[in-house]
Amino acid sequence: MIKNISNLGDAALYCDFGNEVNKSINSQVIKYFNTIKEKKFKGINNLTPSYNKLIISYDLKRTNFKEVKEYIENLNIEDVPKINSKKLVIPVCFHKTFSMDIERLEKILNLNREKILENFLNKEYFCYMTGFIAGMPFLGDLDKNMRAQRLETPRVKVPKGSVALTEQFANIYTFESPGGWNILGNTPLNVFDSTKEDKPNLINPGDIIVFKKITLDQYKNFNE
Amino acid sequence: MSNYFEIIRSGINTTFQDKGRDNLYHIGIPFSGAMDNRNFLIANKLVNNNLYSAVIEFAYQGPLLKYTGNKINLAITGDVIFSIKKKDTEIEGSCYVSYQIENGDEINIISTNKSVYGYLAIGGQFDIKFQWNSCSINTKANIGSNDGKKLEAGQKIKLKKINLNQDIKKTNYINTKIENIRVIKGTNFEYFSEVGKKIFYNSEFTVSKLSDRMGMRLEGPKIENIVNTNIKSEGLIKGVIQVPADGKPIIMLSDHGTIGGYPKIGVVASVDYDRLVQISTGSKIKFKEIKLSDAETLFKLYEMETQNLLSQI
Repeated sequence: MIKNISNLGDAALYCDFGNEVNKSINSQVIKYFNTIKEKKFKGINNLTPSYNKLIISYDLKRTNFKEVKEYIENLNIEDVPKINSKKLVIPVCFHKTFSMDIERLEKILNLNREKILENFLNKEYFCYMTGFIAGMPFLGDLDKNMRAQRLETPRVKVPKGSVALTEQFANIYTFESPGGWNILGNTPLNVFDSTKEDKPNLINPGDIIVFKKITLDQYKNFNE
Repeated sequence: MSNYFEIIRSGINTTFQDKGRDNLYHIGIPFSGAMDNRNFLIANKLVNNNLYSAVIEFAYQGPLLKYTGNKINLAITGDVIFSIKKKDTEIEGSCYVSYQIENGDEINIISTNKSVYGYLAIGGQFDIKFQWNSCSINTKANIGSNDGKKLEAGQKIKLKKINLNQDIKKTNYINTKIENIRVIKGTNFEYFSEVGKKIFYNSEFTVSKLSDRMGMRLEGPKIENIVNTNIKSEGLIKGVIQVPADGKPIIMLSDHGTIGGYPKIGVVASVDYDRLVQISTGSKIKFKEIKLSDAETLFKLYEMETQNLLSQI
């Protein structure tokens, strides 16, 4: 349930579901997200669910903080049918041209390259949310000994397809973009397709992901 | 006869924009849309269009366009230096005036003046693609018209429809500049040291050249974080000011990432957004705290002023 509601600026509500990140809190967030999305309250024009927060943006010309807050507080959260989750295998190449932050990770984690890859692969990850850039999945949870902070100054350009880590999560950069995560490898797979307006994301919240190592040759000859 | 503009010079960052797109934050797609909403609306009003029609947005240096086709109305808004070359003459253009453009005319948008964005609207419609009900180009995700890419020299921009008005429309709008950006305290305000908070509200920051439609990076004294330089990634909205570990604030703008993991020290009040985005590289800005209730009132007044301006055109 929502622990606290505050304002984020003058055109959004910040709903806090707690500090922890786990699947049970995340599914609460998703439940609220689905219900509000369904109901279409006047003025609400965007919803951003994340691990343990939900941000509700509204059009300040049509409503305001007080109205939206009251609406959310009195909302009856119904049981929303379970989302059909699927299991996907994502090919990743760890050639040194892609593993831009491997040395930084070796230092921070105090593990060598082989051990880092071994810990990263052969594991199932849960998709908590998508966003930042279009279609980027936030996947968890990494092993306890694989957790590193973001870069001090984010990169201005992270290459498309980069598979990167931060804290307990992995993600995939679906486009070249700025970003501060530790880059470990790169996937040739197209994770976002804007021509499919109804279903642009390959990976959606609730899906299970497994990473598979491929060679540079396999990467270059990859064909979807 | 087909009506089109040929792009002879593209300018630095020339895109089609409209009101942007709603309800896609959850898959990672921001609002986008015209950066300076007021100037976008005025541009459309001057050519008698639906106010949310697609316009050409440019930043700093604009495009040089050559027109072929039947007579059309055209208007440019912002603080923009441009000229219109007719058969025998070249006239200096004025913003906030509608012109009639004829076959063979050239519109040369030389630059914006001590500002960033300007808008070109035509009476009618461009022949462009819409994605999720908007033509707005998001170059980071290649979404919108023109395959989500900036306009390039050599391209032709076709018109789908022309609505010609014989009377000339004009207004005397002056773009006011602001240095003090009003902000509402962010959700991680308490992450910063007392000195850090003072620096945020009392120091001057310089707009870095790394700024674009996604975000405005600022240079200045370091804002010290005493709790954690990372938060669990969560939603962002336009106007959020994040402070990464290096202590330099970044303001989220219309093409921003929808999720971020840096602490939020403040959020720009909606009333100041149109003027914020017009602050050019190298300029100085300062932040001033206001309460939520004041921000709401000020926005109402700003919106009334916009409606007033539009109704006078």
